[in-house]
Formats: sequence, structure tokens, C-alpha cells
Amino acid sequence: MSEEVLSTGSHTPDSSGSEPLLSVKDLSVTFGLRGKRAVRAVDEVSFDIRPGEHFGLVGESGSGKSVTSLAIMGLLPKRGVKVGGEVKYAGRSLLDLSKKKMSEIRGRDIAMVFQDPMTSLNPVVPIGTQLGEILERHFGLRKQESRDRSGDLLSRVGIPDPVRRLKEYPHQLSGGMRQRVLIAMALACEPRLLIADEPTTALDVTIQAQVLELLKELVADTDAALLMITHDLGVVAGLCDKVTVMYGGRIVEAADRDTLFEEPKHPYTGGLLESIPRLDTPRGVPLKPIPGSPTQMLPWSEGCAFAPRCHNRLDVCMTDPPHLEPVGDRRLRCHNPLSADESAEVVSL
Amino acid sequence: MSALVSVRGLKVHFPIRSGLVFDRQIGAVKAVDGVDFEIEEGKTLGLVGESGCGKSTLGRALLRLAPVTEGSVVIDGVDVATLKGEALRNKRQDMQMVFQDPLASLNPRQSVSTILTEPLRAHGIAYDEKTKVKDLLEKVGLPSSAAQKYPHEFSGGQRQRIGIARAIAMEPKFVIADEPVSALDVSIQAQVLNLLEELQKDLGLTYLVIAHDLAVVRHVSDEVAVMYLGGIVEQADADTLYAEPMHPYTKALMSAVPVPDPAVEARRERILLTGDLPSPANPPAGCRFHTRCPFRQEERCDTERPALLEVSPGHKVACHYAKEIAAGAIQPHAVAPEEADLTFDAS
Amino acid sequence: MTIPLPPSRGPMTGADLEGPESGAFEESERGLSLWRGAWHRLRRNPTAIIGALIVLAFVIIALAAPLLTQYEPGSAQWSGQVTPTSVPGPSAEHLLGLDRFGSDLYTQLIFGARQSLIYGVVSTAIGLTVGSLLGILAGGLGGWVDTAIMRVVDIMLSIPSLLLAVSIAAVLGQNAYSVMIAIGAAQVPIFARLLRGSMLSQNKSDYVLAANSLGIRRSRIITGHVVPNSIGPTIVQATLNLATAIIEVAALSFLGLGESDPAVAEWGRMLVAAQDRFDAAPQLAILPGAAIAITALGFTLFGEALREALDPRTRR
Repeated sequence: MSEEVLSTGSHTPDSSGSEPLLSVKDLSVTFGLRGKRAVRAVDEVSFDIRPGEHFGLVGESGSGKSVTSLAIMGLLPKRGVKVGGEVKYAGRSLLDLSKKKMSEIRGRDIAMVFQDPMTSLNPVVPIGTQLGEILERHFGLRKQESRDRSGDLLSRVGIPDPVRRLKEYPHQLSGGMRQRVLIAMALACEPRLLIADEPTTALDVTIQAQVLELLKELVADTDAALLMITHDLGVVAGLCDKVTVMYGGRIVEAADRDTLFEEPKHPYTGGLLESIPRLDTPRGVPLKPIPGSPTQMLPWSEGCAFAPRCHNRLDVCMTDPPHLEPVGDRRLRCHNPLSADESAEVVSL
Repeated sequence: MSALVSVRGLKVHFPIRSGLVFDRQIGAVKAVDGVDFEIEEGKTLGLVGESGCGKSTLGRALLRLAPVTEGSVVIDGVDVATLKGEALRNKRQDMQMVFQDPLASLNPRQSVSTILTEPLRAHGIAYDEKTKVKDLLEKVGLPSSAAQKYPHEFSGGQRQRIGIARAIAMEPKFVIADEPVSALDVSIQAQVLNLLEELQKDLGLTYLVIAHDLAVVRHVSDEVAVMYLGGIVEQADADTLYAEPMHPYTKALMSAVPVPDPAVEARRERILLTGDLPSPANPPAGCRFHTRCPFRQEERCDTERPALLEVSPGHKVACHYAKEIAAGAIQPHAVAPEEADLTFDAS
Repeated sequence: MTIPLPPSRGPMTGADLEGPESGAFEESERGLSLWRGAWHRLRRNPTAIIGALIVLAFVIIALAAPLLTQYEPGSAQWSGQVTPTSVPGPSAEHLLGLDRFGSDLYTQLIFGARQSLIYGVVSTAIGLTVGSLLGILAGGLGGWVDTAIMRVVDIMLSIPSLLLAVSIAAVLGQNAYSVMIAIGAAQVPIFARLLRGSMLSQNKSDYVLAANSLGIRRSRIITGHVVPNSIGPTIVQATLNLATAIIEVAALSFLGLGESDPAVAEWGRMLVAAQDRFDAAPQLAILPGAAIAITALGFTLFGEALREALDPRTRR
């Protein structure tokens, strides 16, 4: 299937091979409405994504991972929200861009796939029109051209009988197919960076496998970088090169995928790996849960947010917030990380 | 140990009605289409499948929370499918359910104490409020100060514990857990699963655990049944099923589950299914899985629905060619998306 | 805040637990029911406070009317001072002057509040009781009962409420009761729909399913689960309807229906009487008009704020 690169509307030029495609420095997002206590949903978040890299951002609810991606895309509401720090795409700062400029970048250079395809698609507009709109906007195609291209895109994402589907409405498609349509829309303009926020969480396991495989393929074909946001460590293990773990709005551990899984150092990472039931662990052994709940958090200003639930907790953890520091080949935010033995215990089955 | 729960020929069909004036029945959604199984006392049967397979409907039908179209459901010697009125209401003391969404299944206006004691009052069971509530809360690991609080004041995991406490309040024999952990954060899931196992040991409960997460089911079950489009396609004890799945759907399901281990992920072979689940209102003829099956053989699979047969002791499979596939005599082939999607219908 | 130390590494059982929630548990042994939670939120909402103050003022004035003025309502005592072209304005004896019949304007306003309160409350009560009952029957019994009740409700709703009230009042004759019944009847379909909708949506909810699975009797489910969860929206609706009722009472008397005795002070009739003296004495119209508007506003503000406070989704 031919993939002509359409000429109208060029991508933001790549400065050089070693420049990170996306550079996030000290990103912080504060929500505060008229007098109510301000909440720091995201704080001190820094990471780089190189062209073609697959980056995984892992965390549970309340970790701030989704807010981070929304901040990068400029999709947070303006009122009552303060975004601090720096987000650079190919050298250009995204946070100060005007709405108009940002919307040009969105879709063409950076595209996003969300969790719930039903709410991301307009229920009263046929799929073909929604897909066509994007192509027309960013490439200035005419109706017939955009229809052809839309059909191509649908079959590229594995939707059979695309011509018929173009006229259908979102509710006529299954969840898996809708997600494929979203992926098609995201890749319509061949973005350099694809952000996928829990794209398969709402899908059945076999459909999830299909969609993840599709994502892998497409991203490889177009050489796009991928930022995968998920709570599922299994998904990350299969898809990502680098992994960053977030808790309470801050990064607690960041490393290459193999490094993280072979030797997790942060007690939260270790706790997660140990508590997830897996297909290959021996049966009959009780699981090792992380005690407490994600709501039991110490504010980062007072100490380590994870301390109330941490086995490795020291007194200093309750009084002194740890900083994110490079430790060997990873970044770690912990006063008392897992020892080599403890790590090994987590990983052994 | 004899079977506490015995289900035979269970069918749950929901009529589809149409017509301006008369609302005639023009078809039926065959949510559960002929299911048999048994659960021994004190054991756990895990029921796994994806959305639309009918597992939740099956769980509800067992407790008569969904209408039983045909079949028998014998729980502790009594066929629940035939009970009506007061008799059914009384029998409910023996069979309880833990629901998926703890926030939705607890009345936001009732305090925890009321929630836990209401079933006792409904059945005229005498109790001392303070001790009973404290006792139940302790069993599920909640502090006694929780008694006067309201559901919205708790976290997801704690609410699920309240739901579990309510389910065991009447000391039932049989408990169905419908997706007990899927609405919870990953780090909490293990807590609740451990709790369920503990309670089973302490109270001698018999469980049916319904889940879409294979790993969860594997962990808590003695025996596992896999459902597809209204029927059980494979059933075996947990170790066997996960070590040697025989039904093509089970194999595909297992290969699709992500494992948090890059080494394992890199070397595993994925069996990817094509297309989507057909509509339960219009299931494929013959073997219901044949439209997506990579091992399909036209002669029998398209026309004859396979029965759930025992292929080795304790291991039942509903597939005409289970043995041949296991022996490697039949190779998988690709399934064209058109074939697989033919019967999809967004109803 | 005390935080328990997690036990030493080793298999954990379900009993090891999440310690107290930061904050919530420590504050009170008694739980935060929906009503108390709503109260907390209302207290901090400026709109709610303004609305509540207006409502409170209205009710106090209405109830304490005789204590707030030395004069009798509708006495027309000083009719001698009123001429075809002028109506006495504020003076030492009459705070706001006289009305065109010669009664003390201030007294008329105060007692008008009393009338509005009575009419408003009674008619809303009628609407609420009858409407809720119909709604519960429709939602609870379903089938043809539901269809029959809802068709009647639909018909009633298709007629503008004021028109409906006027028609009923016209049929019942010109007296106080007809006004209350008419306005009450116009409110019945609103409550019926509300309760029926609440019943139906709750029937599908998981906690009703759970109550069913626990073996709780159907009647007890309705009284113990469904109805209590419908009370909140019903009260909000009643508050908002009161605002409308007050306006409709005034409208009906303005149109000449309702109480015919001119001695009874009523804001709507004050408006009628003020019409032909508008140039000379605009206060005769402006004051009762403002009273109607402000009172209705007060109920509306409070009702809306209450709705928000009770909505479980906007909590937290």
C-alpha cells in the first residue's frame, strides 16, 4: 500500500538526529479554584523522548500520568490551571504557543489516542467525515482525495470493507474497531510523536492484543516516537524501550525497560511487580499486595508520598522529600531503595 | 466432597421485540446457551471470558437476578431455577454476590452499619448490632469506626471490602464474585484477592469467580471454565488449563495477556484473533468460534456445534479437533478479516 | 495523623490494612451522610446563602406579619386621602404611603407575603403529594398503569402551566381554594415525571440489584432504597416550583381569578390595582412586583444551590 507523503503542510523540521524530539523539563500542573486548596497534580516531571523511541509512562489512578500528557498537548483547561516548566517539541516551546499554532501542531506533528473511543468520536458524524476533516485541515485535500485517503487509512488499520465503514457512525462499530479508527485518525498526518493514553484499557484482552500489535506496526512503519501511558506493566514490557514510573504526581523511577524489570529499585515499582497476579507465577502462593491505598499519600512537601505504604520506610522518609537523582543507569527518587537481594526477590518467580 | 452447585442445560435468552403495536418477538439474544458445570463444596470455579460471552449473565442467572429460560441450577440440593416468591427469597440467604462496582452496589444513603445489617433484618435473623457489625468489619479488615460512615467516604478497595462483608453477613454457602477486582487499582487488587481466599478458608465458602483477567482467575481458582458467546469452550483444573490449553480460543486468550517481563514478552508467540465477537443475537452456525478460529476445518466446524467433552481426566473441551490440534496434526491458518467480521452487528 | 507501620516483608493477608484515611476518619465518629455533606457545601456557597436569606426573610415576614405592622390589612381606612390623580406617598404614619384603596401600602405588602406563602406552599404540597404518588405507582408497577399515567401527564405537560392553572381555576370558580388546587394540579405532572424517572433509573442500579440479591422484599426496597434516594431531587424540585407557584398565584389574581375579597392583601391584585395609577404612583406596581421577583429569585437560587450540593457527582 503506497504511503505518499503529502506535500502541503510540512512537518516542523527535525533539527538534528541527536536532539530529543520531545523534551519535558520540570513540568508542573497545579489545579486550584478560587480559594480551594491548590492541588499539585504533577510536579518536577522531566523526561526526553528521542525520535522513534517508545516511551512508557506508568502509574495508577492519581499518579498524574494523564494530566502530564494533557499538559504536553495543551489540552488542559485554561482557567484554574497553572502549568509550569518547559515542554519543547523539536526545539520549539509548546507551552507558550498560541491556540492557533498549537492546534496546527496537534494532529500533524503530535497526535493523541485516548482511552475511550466512544467519547473521543463525535457520535452524530460519520467516521469518514471525521477522518476527512483532519486530512482536509492539515493537508488541504479536496473531498474526493480525502475520501480515498481515508479509505486507505482504514484498511491500513485493519478495518475490512473500508468504503462502507466510511459512511457509518461510531455506534455501529465495536469498541476495538472504534479504537482502530482513532488510531487511523491519529496517524492520518503521520505525526512524529504519538501519545497513547490508556488506549486499550477499555478493550477486551484479545482485542487489546490486536490493537497493541497494530500500534507497534504502524509506529515502526512511520518511524514515529511513541509515548504510551498506562497502568499495565505487561503492556509496557512488550512495547516500550524506556519506562518511567510515577506516583503522586512525581517521577519515582525512570530507566531503560530491561533495567527496570530486571532490577527494580524503587519500593513502589517492586511492590507493583510483586503484587500483580501473573500467568507464569506459581499458584497457591498468596499475593504480596502493597498495603494501604493510593489515597494514603503524604504530601510531597512533607516527605515521600509513598512512605505510608512503604516497607523500606525510614524515619527520614516521613520528614524529608527525596529528590530524583541519577543512580547508575537510572533516575530514582528514594531514600532507601531496594537492595540487590530485595530486587532479585521481587523478580524471581 | 460433593457438589454444592450443579448446573445443567442452563439457557438465558432475552427476547428481542419489535413492532409498532404488538411487540412481537423477532429473535433472542442468547446470552447463555446451554451450560453445564459443577462446583464442589469449598472449592472455587473461575469463569473467564471477554465481554459478550455471557459470564456475568450466567452469574446473575444462578442467583435468579436474571431470568432462567431453561435448565436447572441446584444449590445445596435445591433447584433454584424453579423457586418462586418467598421460597426464593429465603433461599437467598445461602447464595450471595459480590459486585464489580463497589460504589454503585452500595446505597449511598445508608451507613455501613445499616448496609451490613439490612439483610439480617430482611430475613428475621436475630443479631446484636454492635457485635455483629464489628465482627463483620474485622473479618474483612476494616476498623470498627467504619460502621457509622457512608460509602463515599471510603476508597475503592475499602468499599469492595464492605461489599464482601455484606455478602457474608448471612453466612451463605455459595458466593459469586462478579469481577471483584476489575474496578480497583492494580496495587489494591492483590489485597482483595487475598481477602477472598482467606474468607474461603475460614468460612468454608464455595466460590464462583467471574473475571475477564486470566491472571486473576488463575490465582484464585481450583478449576477454570472459559466461556465464548454463551457456551463453555474449555474447562479444567487451573494448573492443567494454563499449562495445556486445548481450545483454540483459550490458546488465543492466553497468548494475548501481557506479562510484565520483557524476556517473556519477547519470546512468546502471539495468536492474534481477527475481527470482533459476533453478536449473541445472531451467533454463527455450527461451532460458534469457527468464524475466527485459526484451526477451523470446514467440514465439521461450520455446521456442527461441538459438545463439551472430556478429552483427558478432568479436562473438557468443546472442539471437534482438540486432540489433533494438541498433537500438532493441524496447522493454524490466517483468518481473513472479512470472514471474521461478517456477523458483527452493533446491537 | 497516625500511620501504621507495614508489617515485615512476607506474605500479606487481607487483614493487613489500609490505615485510617488521611483526615476523614479522624474528624468524626459519625459519618458524613449526604445531607450533612450537602449542608457543609451549602454553607460555603454564596448563592445558597443569599437565596436562603431571602427565603428566610420571606417566611419570617409572612409568618410574623401582624407583629410587623400596627395596621389591619385591606382596611381602606384612609381612602379619603386618595384622589383620582394622586396617591399619598411615604409619610410619618405610613412608611410606604397608601395604596389606591386607602390602605397602608407597607401593611399590604407584608400581608401579601403571607398570602403568597400560604398559596405557594399549599399548592406545591398538593402537586408534590399527588404527583409523587402517581410517579411512584407508574415507576413501580409499570405496564399499563405506567402508560396510562404517563399519557395523562404528557397531556398536562403539553399545556403551558399558567394556562392550565387558569383553565382549572376558571372551572372551579373564583375563590381561594380554586387557585391553590389549580396551581397544585399544574405541578402534578412535573413531580410525577420526576419520581417515575427516579424509580426507573434506580431499578437499574446496582444497589437495587444487590438489595434484591440479599432477599430484601420488593416493598422494602422501594421504601427503604428507592424513595430515600429520590427525596433530594424532589425537594429541589419543590423549592424551584415554589418560586413558580408564587409567580403564578400573582398572575392568577392579576387575571382576576382567585380571591375576590378586596380586603385580602395579595401581591398580584396589588399589581392589578396599580395599573391605572402608574404615572402618578409607580411605587404601587414596582413594590409588589419587586417583592414577587425577589422572593421567586430567592427560592430559585436556594433550590439550584441545593441541587448542586446534593449531586453526588460534584462532591469532593
